Amino acid sequence: MSSPAVRFAAGGLLVLGLLLPGLDLPTASAAPSHSADGHLHRPIPQHSGTSISDTRIQWPSWQKLSDTLLMRHYNTRIVLLGTILLGIGAGTVGTFMLLRRRALIGDVVSHASLPGIALAFLYIELAHPGSERSLHALLLGALAAGLLGVLCTTGITRFSRIKEDAALAIVLSVFFGAGIALFTIIQKLPTGQVAGLQSFIYGQTASMTAADVKLIGSTSFVVVVVSALLFKEFGLLCFDEEFGRSHGWPTTRLDFVLMGLVVCMAIIGLQSVGLLLVVAMLIIPAAAARFWTERLGPMTLIAAGLGGVSAWLGGVVSSLFARFSAGAVIVLVGSLFFMLSMAVGRRRGLLPQFLNQLATTRRVGRHDLSRTLYEMLEPHLEQTGPDSGPDSGSDPLCLHLLVHDQILARRSWSTRRLTRLIRIAVSEDRLEVVEGGWRLTEAGAADARLVARNHRLWETYLVLHADIATSHVDRDADLIEHVLDPDLVAQLLEAVSQRYPHMGMPPSPHPIDPGS
Amino acid sequence: MQSVIDILNSLGSAFVDDWYDLDSWIVITAALAAIACSIPGSFLVLRRQSMMGDALTHTVLPGIVAAFLLSHSLKTSGWISTSEADTHTAFDATSYAMMFAGAVLIGGLTAVLTEWVRRQGRVESSAALGVVYTTLFAVGLLMIRLAADSVHIDPDCVLYGNVETVWSGPGHVPRAAWIGLGAVLFNATLVVCFFKELRISTFDPALATSLGINASWIHYALMAVTAVTAVAAFESVGNILVVAMLIVPPATAHLLTDRLWLMLVLAGVIAAASATIGHALAMLLPPLLMAPFADQPLLKGVKVENLDASTSGMMAVTAGGLFVLALVLGPRHGLLVRLVHRLRLSVRIAAEDLLGVLYRQGESTPPQGLQHPSRHGSRFHRFAAWQLRLRGLITGPSSQPVLTEAGRDAAKQLVRAHRLWESYMDRYFDVPADHLHEAAHRVEHFLDPELRDQLADELDGPETDPHGRDIPGS
Repeated sequence: MSSPAVRFAAGGLLVLGLLLPGLDLPTASAAPSHSADGHLHRPIPQHSGTSISDTRIQWPSWQKLSDTLLMRHYNTRIVLLGTILLGIGAGTVGTFMLLRRRALIGDVVSHASLPGIALAFLYIELAHPGSERSLHALLLGALAAGLLGVLCTTGITRFSRIKEDAALAIVLSVFFGAGIALFTIIQKLPTGQVAGLQSFIYGQTASMTAADVKLIGSTSFVVVVVSALLFKEFGLLCFDEEFGRSHGWPTTRLDFVLMGLVVCMAIIGLQSVGLLLVVAMLIIPAAAARFWTERLGPMTLIAAGLGGVSAWLGGVVSSLFARFSAGAVIVLVGSLFFMLSMAVGRRRGLLPQFLNQLATTRRVGRHDLSRTLYEMLEPHLEQTGPDSGPDSGSDPLCLHLLVHDQILARRSWSTRRLTRLIRIAVSEDRLEVVEGGWRLTEAGAADARLVARNHRLWETYLVLHADIATSHVDRDADLIEHVLDPDLVAQLLEAVSQRYPHMGMPPSPHPIDPGS
Repeated sequence: MQSVIDILNSLGSAFVDDWYDLDSWIVITAALAAIACSIPGSFLVLRRQSMMGDALTHTVLPGIVAAFLLSHSLKTSGWISTSEADTHTAFDATSYAMMFAGAVLIGGLTAVLTEWVRRQGRVESSAALGVVYTTLFAVGLLMIRLAADSVHIDPDCVLYGNVETVWSGPGHVPRAAWIGLGAVLFNATLVVCFFKELRISTFDPALATSLGINASWIHYALMAVTAVTAVAAFESVGNILVVAMLIVPPATAHLLTDRLWLMLVLAGVIAAASATIGHALAMLLPPLLMAPFADQPLLKGVKVENLDASTSGMMAVTAGGLFVLALVLGPRHGLLVRLVHRLRLSVRIAAEDLLGVLYRQGESTPPQGLQHPSRHGSRFHRFAAWQLRLRGLITGPSSQPVLTEAGRDAAKQLVRAHRLWESYMDRYFDVPADHLHEAAHRVEHFLDPELRDQLADELDGPETDPHGRDIPGS
């Protein structure tokens, strides 16, 4: 089958994609002449009714599913390969753009390139009339205009009081307006190639050719290779430009190279997949990758991978369902990955953060209970003699009965909270249930000693070295005791040992409220 | 109303040959839309959320499509009756009402989602915006596609705006003009009513919060108003150009003034001017630009005089041109003003330096290493010397200038400032003696007589500077 028959329903849809469509009642205007709704090797059944409830989705067969997934057909292969390569390249540069806080630069570049395309077209037609419209010349025009747009943004922010966001919006809209004005002129000229020009604005994912894929592939390759070669330099640019400059790095030139890569990527993508998809591809994979790692290298790899995978999945879905346009579906698949990453991303995802917080809350609860129990039992220790420590057989802390109300009296806990804390302690074998209450186990006693010791070490340290009043020190210690690691405890011990030499358990620097 | 049309007609006819009532109506409609956009746009610019305007014009798509589909299905199912008069326009009153409601919802939703992603996900704000707006826009696209049979879209009308087709004939006031007027009045009323709140929360959100003004609600409300305005304007100026009208006139006004109310007024004026000039240029420029190529094969069969560009495109370009004008010629922040200031200062400093050198040469013990004025041979220094000569401060041949009496007085004051400052630094600052000259050389140009006397008093009227040279009297 010939390639026009393979247009996805999408091609025409990206047309709508650019702007807010003017909506007409069915009676008011003829349907726009979108591309034929042909799809792979089979025409789509025409939906004849005008009811909007008629949005049935034709489910694909297994055969077709596997064909598409494995890219068995030539045209599917071309389109998928093109978008995947684009996704990889855009994900790579998008990472640097995100970290440089210039995520929206792709938006500006893709809009700003429009007058360049129109002018290049006019130039070719006027200077070399009759010659074939050269794709490369149009791309060069777009490239020049895109770069000029970026330069204008920098110039406006540098030489006026206008902030960067406004500069971006100004360049975007004014350049785009100029492009539209030029295009309306071109449309009135008697040349049959205007339709070809329009594809620059809208993109034409479905009618991608092998040559397009080669162009996208080589651009992505160059982008990835340059990013790899200048990885360290770009990282420097992202995280500490001032430092780089002070050490003699040519930051301005590096910035220019990076911008050049972004502009190339945006222009190439613009020509093949349209405005919306380019903007999304430059932002979404990188933003999603940020949730998974704190390191630049892995982040770049993840972003490139996510870009490629969402392009592949989106392409597959859109080719399976007649009414799903490739550009929009790829964006939505990308957003899905973004949402997933935001939910469960290992580093910054919401769920890991929530679990982390939960674990901290639990640990704090355990510490609080242990210390409370120790403080309750401490007077009994003094009765039984000097602190014998956990080494001399059975720990004296384990001998005493703990009663619910007594514990409650020492803390401003609700009964429910205390019950929960005790339940956890019992399940972790720190408390054992006995007649009329609980008793500490050996492990529980050791834990209680440790926690109380850490707390008092820190309190004593604060009193000795941080000049904090003994009446206030309890609350401050409460905040920090839960995060003291053994190293820090050893250091603390050393710091306070001048005052309390050879002591297993320092005395509390403040009176302990015995509860009422 | 007719008088406004007449004024615009006579104004337009002065520049454009074939200016008709239609053109005046186009200008009125476009200007109203532009003014309506400039009001929320001013706050977007000041709050550094300009790209939010760009995002909102995209995200209103799903809201509009949903509203359109809803009103369409209500009509087809007979919930709402349709009159004959409605069917020949693209929208009827129900569609409009639903579209505005959809815009309010989607505007708020965009703002809330962006804020949520930014805060919860710790994503940088412009990236959060990018994620949210591309996603919502893609949703809107899919919605259109899935309902493609009932929603027909004319991409051309969207792209260029269909302001050229708003007017249907004499005695008819375009609906788009009414809507634009409504949007202007609505936005202006809101600004007048909440001026204080808007101002405080724009310039100092923390203060606003401490005064009990909920800054985040104002933010969401602004987003909703922007979305409504975008919907009101898109029919006449086309969508991306809504962004131009939202941001460019306010940014231009921002270059011209520091007062909020003046900025709002100026932004409206600039927006209206962009519309008027833009439409005129759309008719004037293309023939002018294409005339040299009239005999090219590209233009075969085209009457060059009849070429014109889209009004909304030229409006954006005109707004951009006005912005560049303000950038260069602005009264206080303009590049030209700043350049002139800088040049005048440089010339003054060069001239004063020359005076200082000549004075020091005339002293009984000229300092070592003094640069002879003839070595300042650049055009710049020659200009400074020419100025001094003009003011009667130096005479003699240009290779061997001599101070006049007035010149000596002026030079004396300068050298006095220099040496007083050296003495002052020597006494109060911990600066090594060989570093005094450089600092004093820079400061001497900015010490006025009062400051010089004050320095002398502070130092108890010293006779000599730290290098042992005489300090001339005042």
